[in-house]
Amino acid sequence: MQNRKVISPNSFRSQLLRLVHHGDRPWQGLIMLVSTLVIVLMAAIGWMLWTRSGDARTAFGWSFLLPTSHPNWDPVNSNFQAWPFIFGTLLTSLVAILFALPISLGIAIFLAELCPAWLRTPLTWLVELLAAIPSVVYGLWGIFVFLPLVVTPFGNFLANTLGQVPVIGTFFSGPIPASGSSRLAASLILTIMIIPTIAAVTRDVFLAIPNSQREASQALGATKWETIWQVLIPYGLSGILGAVILGLGRALGETMAVTMVIGNSIESTSSLLRPGYTMASVIANEFGEAVSKLHTEALVEIGLILFVTTLLLNILARFLVWRVARKTPQEARA
Amino acid sequence: MSTFTELIDRNRIGRARQRKSTNALMLSLTALLTALALVPLFWIIGYVVVRGGKSINLDFFIHLPRPMGMAGGGVLHAIEGTLVVTLLAAVFAIPPGVLAAFYAARFPNTPLGVALRFSTDVLSGVPSIVIGLFTYALMVKTMGHYSGLAGGVALAFLMLPTIIRTTEEMLKLVPSTLREASLGLGAPEWKTSLSVLFPAAANGIITGFLLALARAAGETAPLLLTTLGNERFDLAQIITGGVQAHQSVFQIIGRIINQPLDSLPLTLWKYAQQPYPERIDQSWAVALVLMLLVLTINITARAWIQVRTRRMKG
Amino acid sequence: MKMEIAESVFLMAAAVESPAKMIVRDLAVFYGKFRALNGVNLSIPTRMITAIIGPSGCGKSTLLRSFNRMNDLTSNCRVEGEITMEGENLYAPGVDVVDIRRRVGMVFQRPNPFPKSIYDNVAYGPRLYGIHRRSDLDGIVERSLKSAALWDEIKDKLHQSGLSISGGQQQRLCIARALAVEPEVILMDEPASALDPISTLKIEELMQELKKDYTIVIVTHNMQQAARVSDFTAMMMIDDARAGRLIEYDATNIIFTRPKDKRTEDYVTGRFG
Repeated sequence: MQNRKVISPNSFRSQLLRLVHHGDRPWQGLIMLVSTLVIVLMAAIGWMLWTRSGDARTAFGWSFLLPTSHPNWDPVNSNFQAWPFIFGTLLTSLVAILFALPISLGIAIFLAELCPAWLRTPLTWLVELLAAIPSVVYGLWGIFVFLPLVVTPFGNFLANTLGQVPVIGTFFSGPIPASGSSRLAASLILTIMIIPTIAAVTRDVFLAIPNSQREASQALGATKWETIWQVLIPYGLSGILGAVILGLGRALGETMAVTMVIGNSIESTSSLLRPGYTMASVIANEFGEAVSKLHTEALVEIGLILFVTTLLLNILARFLVWRVARKTPQEARA
Repeated sequence: MSTFTELIDRNRIGRARQRKSTNALMLSLTALLTALALVPLFWIIGYVVVRGGKSINLDFFIHLPRPMGMAGGGVLHAIEGTLVVTLLAAVFAIPPGVLAAFYAARFPNTPLGVALRFSTDVLSGVPSIVIGLFTYALMVKTMGHYSGLAGGVALAFLMLPTIIRTTEEMLKLVPSTLREASLGLGAPEWKTSLSVLFPAAANGIITGFLLALARAAGETAPLLLTTLGNERFDLAQIITGGVQAHQSVFQIIGRIINQPLDSLPLTLWKYAQQPYPERIDQSWAVALVLMLLVLTINITARAWIQVRTRRMKG
Repeated sequence: MKMEIAESVFLMAAAVESPAKMIVRDLAVFYGKFRALNGVNLSIPTRMITAIIGPSGCGKSTLLRSFNRMNDLTSNCRVEGEITMEGENLYAPGVDVVDIRRRVGMVFQRPNPFPKSIYDNVAYGPRLYGIHRRSDLDGIVERSLKSAALWDEIKDKLHQSGLSISGGQQQRLCIARALAVEPEVILMDEPASALDPISTLKIEELMQELKKDYTIVIVTHNMQQAARVSDFTAMMMIDDARAGRLIEYDATNIIFTRPKDKRTEDYVTGRFG
């Protein structure tokens, strides 16, 4: 029979114990507080962008955003219209997606379905390393290496071929500047930069598809490619779409590399081969020197557009990736 | 109605051959595309190493810039600036990030948890230039001047979602039996979190920190709007001068973070636009230094997780 | 007793008359260095149901998957020996694996329909072979679903998702899908183990119908099922080297009443496994 020691409630030991246990409340309070601050941060960013663009929004209304053939970004006369930047951002991002999607899909298929096991980790890491290179380094390499060696010749080629075709020729009407600074340059560099994002998420989508699907297809006599194309890709389609949207979000917000190679000009053509301007670029270039309040506010309004767009895209992407996870067939019900 | 076998008997061999060749073609195509994507990687790294390597010398690392036309000069100010700003970012981002991650991992389904996850997702998608705008309004405008402090805060905002997400995932990977064992022994929640869960997930969490840090070190856009640039920044001088003037540690730190700052990415950007060939050469050298920094952190992070996982498997 | 002898003699005679659809000679399967199956010799009679039984881990599924070369899909898998189907060695170099898999179909333990419509599930195989005309496909789909005893239940829902039907129906859908490419052999890997008793019964009844036209090989851990359903049974076990071996192979009713090997007897009487 053991002697049970009675601990006096006022002893040092029991006071310490009480403190340790009550430490739970402060702890929970602390992590709740910090979490709330994160939420507040997000809201604060949105709020700040909204309020600090107030004058510009009242001055220009919706026409700030709408397509126009008379680009008007005039700090001197305080007249601002954002369409050239919106167009430039959309064009470069969408072309980047156009190129990046098949390449990323190929990479994801290779890594998930074909790659021998020993090669998988190093290759995956190498692809991810593409995303680790800082944006300015991409820009530097772009200006001095990629543009003269690849973009300018490619641009000239496009001008001479697709540029002569009716209708789509407007997108390829040259000439491309000798430096290569153009929307095409920005699109191509963006392509390289978003491939790791799209490939990584798509690869995860493929890896999440249950093996029973592959077995079912191959047991019917399908080749590996037929299985990938006709079973796996349709199965993971919403996840792949989510990956693309995430990549698009990244492309929209990319600043430095784009600024360094796009030419930063508000020409009103829609050609890929001509210099352009994006939303992120104009903020980066002009904010430091904006003098008038309206100029600053117009730039903040552009920031607001960027914020809202990437917010919506992010929501859409997460929703789609979630849908694939939901589709995994449940246990066969009796 | 024909049977299946009847239907396929027409041109059976031909079709089989075609299916095979399509298969081989498409599968090789995926391998080709993977190789294609890696070409820019090696091209950029290779070029930066070769071209940047030509302009690097010891001067580069230990001197401040000299005006054009004078020999020597380096980017010490930028290196120090990057170190200061990244350190600040880590200090500001890691504690709140980890704390928020504890909440997210433990209470994912409460209203606060859902809102937290949503905010983290949104924040991770905000373009870095917009973060710069926000920090400008929050700090530069209110303080009245550009500063390394504002730059550190901006980078912290950028790092925060990544840290929250990776820490949360690592915490969730810790088997619940560990947590239950600790609580079952009478340890309170907070002690369980700090002494049991965190160490168990530490390897993955540290990898997450390092990767977020690598990203922050390479960012330019937010620094453009918050730190401006400062070619005269000399850490050694500030410290020694402060010590000689009997300033306290806090005062010295205050002086360091409260003035405009340059950084490697910012310097790269500025030099790349200047018309002097020497500056262009220097920008390649800066690119090399920056890339080495970023890649080293990246590789360390990966190696860390590999080594530690292997050690745990014994 | 006399009835049983008469029955087994009849069955053996039937086996002699019924030519072997597939013959397994000295089959060994390796995963890397590990030998999973050793020295299996077996013949699968045409249009009969052969069951493979044994305790878990004894290589039943590995053996089954050798028949349609699904083991090839596991990395590091190496096969020695041969399996011939009507004289042709399935493992001869240069053999068209894709065609083998069409001729030797498979149904899996858990139903695995594609997330496509019921129609598209069944039409998947035929479409691979270039059959695209609606009328042709309609005919094949209807015939396959009827052979799988599923047509009446879902003929109005052909365009609903294959995942929207019950587990037992999904499994019959998978059978219909396999039937659509007109295989000669159907392999079934514990086809009813994930289903409720009523669905299991339906599948077993279906198997009796199917054996009129197809050779069936089924792996099952349920001995009663093997006894109910199969004509021949192969008993497998793990040997000391942890490789799977064929212990005994005979008419089902002999295996279950007068097995020749003591280990078989121990297993079927429930003394272990």
